[in-house]
Amino acid sequence: MATVEERAEPGRKKVSEEVLRDFFREMLLIRRFEEKVEERFRAGELPGFLHVAIGQEAVATGVCSALALEDVFASTHRAHGHSIAKGTPAKKIMAELYGKTEGCSGGYGGSMHLYDLSVGNLGANAVVAGGLPGIVGAALAFQMRGEKRVAVAFFGDGATNTGTFHESLNLAQLWRVPAIFVLENNGWAESTPAVQQLPLPVDQMGKRAAAFGMKLIEADGQDVEAVYLAALAAREHALAGKGPVLLHLRTFRLTGHFVGDPQVYRDRDELKQERETKDPLRLLGARLDLSDGDFASVDADVTAEVEAAVEFAKAGTDPKPEDALKYVYA
Amino acid sequence: MPELTYREAVRDALAQALRADENVFVMGEDIAEMGGSMAVTQGLLEEFGPTRIRNTPISEMAIVGSGIGAAIQGMRPIVEIMYEDFLTLSMEQLVNQAAKHRTMSGGQVKVPLTIRTQGGAGWSPGAQHAQQLEAWFVHVPGLKVVFASTPQDVRGLLWSAIYDDNPVIFFEHRTLYPIKGEVPSELEPIPLGEARVHREGTDVTVVATGRLVHESLRAAEEAERDGISVEVVDPRTLLPLDEDTIVGSVRKTTRCVTAHEAVARGGFGSELAAVIQHGAFDWLDAPIERIGAKFAPLPFAPAMEQWVVPHAAEVLEAIRRTVARS
Ligand SMILES: Cc1ncc(C[n+]2csc(CCOP(=O)(O)OP(=O)(O)O)c2C)c(N)n1
Ligand SMILES: [Mg+2]
Repeated sequence: MATVEERAEPGRKKVSEEVLRDFFREMLLIRRFEEKVEERFRAGELPGFLHVAIGQEAVATGVCSALALEDVFASTHRAHGHSIAKGTPAKKIMAELYGKTEGCSGGYGGSMHLYDLSVGNLGANAVVAGGLPGIVGAALAFQMRGEKRVAVAFFGDGATNTGTFHESLNLAQLWRVPAIFVLENNGWAESTPAVQQLPLPVDQMGKRAAAFGMKLIEADGQDVEAVYLAALAAREHALAGKGPVLLHLRTFRLTGHFVGDPQVYRDRDELKQERETKDPLRLLGARLDLSDGDFASVDADVTAEVEAAVEFAKAGTDPKPEDALKYVYA
Repeated sequence: MPELTYREAVRDALAQALRADENVFVMGEDIAEMGGSMAVTQGLLEEFGPTRIRNTPISEMAIVGSGIGAAIQGMRPIVEIMYEDFLTLSMEQLVNQAAKHRTMSGGQVKVPLTIRTQGGAGWSPGAQHAQQLEAWFVHVPGLKVVFASTPQDVRGLLWSAIYDDNPVIFFEHRTLYPIKGEVPSELEPIPLGEARVHREGTDVTVVATGRLVHESLRAAEEAERDGISVEVVDPRTLLPLDEDTIVGSVRKTTRCVTAHEAVARGGFGSELAAVIQHGAFDWLDAPIERIGAKFAPLPFAPAMEQWVVPHAAEVLEAIRRTVARS
């Protein structure tokens, strides 16, 4: 991976084609990973409760590419993409979904609780907004120790209706900690559309920042370059000691809320149209003018990586039942 | 008698209460178009409309708190907390507000609120989506707590909860939604505070709740083959508790096992054991056995999850231990 400095190309506010091709590969890897998760769940191989981020790949890749290895983040129930983008190998995530000891959480966490401290993943959370206060605390620790690091919380539009969200942003702003709150606004909280859960038009959710006097940065969440540049700007702001940032990214969930969701609540035509016009991979592919051959070779490469991840996971070790008590300390 | 699933039985009680009384309304996350994450409220939006079947934002504290406020004004709100793990977010309103108003106001204020929720393991969701937290609420004066285990019970008890003038936390178990059972053709309310004897026996009493009622009935059948006669009692309402039925049963059998899916330590079984040893001390022939989950956050991998939560086998072993004492 290129370093942040290389990718930023300061002054040009434009990302090189080479970097965009890297982004494309990673986004396609996430897409193929998620499709494989859906397929293996339907085949009855994956236990538990799975949420994929198909349609939201540009958020994961754009934000995480702007972060340094030592930056930390907390994720949500929809965590696979963020985790891949921050650097956890796909095979360790897949092994976790299969409940194997080789998984990134040792088989203890599952899809909604991916952890990987080695790349700064402080944990995915199955409680909506559950990770936000901890990110304020991580950023506080960096501030107190004078470390040039940021702490990042990913969360959805639905999460902004929790008390946890409001308390966290208030505290972060009050103490000016280097935190970035990444609002992944896909316009849905499960089956509940924005009009039923937000007293603001869906595209104006960023206004919530004003209530805290917090810096707001917004970008089109389907445009990975825009996301990346916005995230770089957010990081710069936070590291300059100017306080936290609400990074509002409008994005689209192009599948069900969870794997197996029949989406009875969703307008079919609208979904079809969103798939055609809002797919971040299509948008980036068109922009890069990828030939069929180019696309096929990247696709073959990432598909092989995903297949290898499944092989790795299936060949993994099942924990012993009594390992359940291994980390219980009282 | 007609047959309903547990899920249909809950839905039927809700629908009948909504038809019977305009002050009844339902609110919670994703309960309208989607019909709830467990499909319990399916069809209610079509029949009763969006004013009475209200989707809420993800705001558990405000969902419960606004339910309290509406209840005090004479409505009979039924709020749904999608997973009981998220009751933790509404704890303040439940414990400090709902439970306290009646007494703090010197009896002026009533809170006829029902909080429905569900939980339970067996499907590997990990540590934050399958806890059993009913014991927490039994510790709070001012709340009523129900945990129903059959279609008939869930329908009759939910009706009583809705029409109770005090806040009732109503626990459903996720793995029970598909089970079928006979129900009376007309809805028969079941008073809160009455236990149900599922099976009579003479050697050991198993006091079980939720999924463990069914596991205990299986264990009782197994024990029967060894010549051990097991009585299975489901308190159904944990607060107020039908101490007479439970203590009476143990005085008869002289041995007792408590069984629930929640962790054993500090679980409802501990309270049961205290009540029983006090009420049946001179009758007991063996220490009371407590069956519950092992003391660990629920791990994801199925092998570990299954090992942590109890099944019929653990209940059967406990039954055998109590019999072996004498
Ligand atoms: C506190 C809490 N309440 C409810 C839920 C159930 N739930 C899981 S995801 C979700 C919707 C989340 O919407 P959003 O934050 O927009 O994230 P998205 O699913 O769109 O990525 C809900 C209600 C939960 N996990 N935690
Ligand atoms: Mg959303």
